[in-house]
Amino acid sequence: MTVLNFVRRYWIAVAAHIAVIAAWQLFVQLGEVESYIMPSPLATIMTLGDDNAWVHNTLFTAGEIFGGYFCAVVFGVGMALLFSWSKLLDAAFMPLLISLNMIPKVALGPIFIVWFSYGMGSNILMAFAISFLPILITTARGLKEVEPDLIDLVRTLRASRWQVFTKIQLPGSLPFIFSGMKVAVVLAVAGAIVGEFIASEEGLGYLMMQRQVELDTASMFMAVLLITLIGSVLYGLVILLEKIMVPQDARLG
Amino acid sequence: MTDPFIRLSGVRKEFETRGETFLAVSDVTFDVAEGELVALVGPSGCGKTTVLKMIAGLHDHSGGDMQIGGTDGAGFSADKDIGMVFQQPLLLKWRKVLENVLLPAEILGLPMAEARDRAKDLLALVGLTGFEGSYPYELSGGMQQRAAIARSLVHDPKVVLMDEPFGALDALTRESMNIELLRIWSESKKTILFVTHGIQEAVFLGSRVIVLTSSPARMAGDIPVDLPYPRKLEIKTNEDFGVYTRQIYGLLGMA
Repeated sequence: MTVLNFVRRYWIAVAAHIAVIAAWQLFVQLGEVESYIMPSPLATIMTLGDDNAWVHNTLFTAGEIFGGYFCAVVFGVGMALLFSWSKLLDAAFMPLLISLNMIPKVALGPIFIVWFSYGMGSNILMAFAISFLPILITTARGLKEVEPDLIDLVRTLRASRWQVFTKIQLPGSLPFIFSGMKVAVVLAVAGAIVGEFIASEEGLGYLMMQRQVELDTASMFMAVLLITLIGSVLYGLVILLEKIMVPQDARLG
Repeated sequence: MTDPFIRLSGVRKEFETRGETFLAVSDVTFDVAEGELVALVGPSGCGKTTVLKMIAGLHDHSGGDMQIGGTDGAGFSADKDIGMVFQQPLLLKWRKVLENVLLPAEILGLPMAEARDRAKDLLALVGLTGFEGSYPYELSGGMQQRAAIARSLVHDPKVVLMDEPFGALDALTRESMNIELLRIWSESKKTILFVTHGIQEAVFLGSRVIVLTSSPARMAGDIPVDLPYPRKLEIKTNEDFGVYTRQIYGLLGMA
């Protein structure tokens, strides 16, 4: 029954994906497109047999993305909590962070490398820098979105600040936190890859730079697929967590 | 006459905003006896809500005298004896109905097993048996407001303050909620102060109607409504009902 429901609900989406891949294969085959311009899906998959240290590079990049993203969630949510507790901190740092948000984080890449040398650490920092502010900003907004009448209601009961926080503010801001976290997934992936482009000796972004020189486009395509896969797994984990923690109607979008 | 449970005499309220003083309430005087249902009526934004919030202890009063719980204030505890219902149900979206009703009990740290039984009884009282496990979004506006009423009663407060609780509902639902409220009031025997801008609603519900005029809120009248309970919607066509509503329109300068 559930399988049938699943099929009924998602068959169009799955079919659309398959159709695009099939069209891609046909386009390359029938159009006789050179494989260094565009490899077919099949040729792309076949590169998994090449000596590209796929597993190592994928794990390396995934480590950067997950590491940077995890730090972004911890610091983003943590700082938003601090700001909601202290008006002074909020007044001092929130405008500052909004200004910092205007900096294109990608442009910081070369500077991070000067400061921290290249390697996993700099790329984690890159993934963190680019995904941290959206989480902080949406969480801070969520913590502020409390009906004033609701606060009055619990004030008549002499609710402590901690009670207001744990029973109303925090659960009420979860939908906001998750919406920020979802946006941040894509950013964290981009941050880690850009970091690898700038300077790295490992990872899928590094691999792409290597294969570019040899015009091994198929391997580059495969690397992109694997990067997408890492992002999708992370996104799926966030969605799963949201499903567990936030009831249906309380979710945003 | 027994000692009034709530007594306001010459109560004033000023707000300071950016160095300017704004008078929201000037000279409001009325009593509410224990177990009475008193309606507080006046135009929108006239300061009725401010009066209610002063009684709830959410605002201090700037002048005059206010007593709750009799002259000595005994038998009234400021945190445990106030229940509130607002125009919006203000249910927590992520909690099921029963857990929403239990919120005051959790905050006050009441024994949860008893509170749970009581919450179930209250949900039965407001006609929501079978919806304990539903989320608020699964309920209609009227049902959400019933849940909010159950929540206002769960800690067994002596006074329930209602701020236009049915103002956001459609006219028919509102009338059926009025009847429900009278039933809940007669069964729970609470002291209820009901703020509304609906004159008919005020006369229908209240054993007395306090009439306030606009900003600042000032007493325009304190009218005992001598219509017997239990009241049914038919009384709205009574001659006496018309006399009361006309009298209030007159006091508000609208006749």
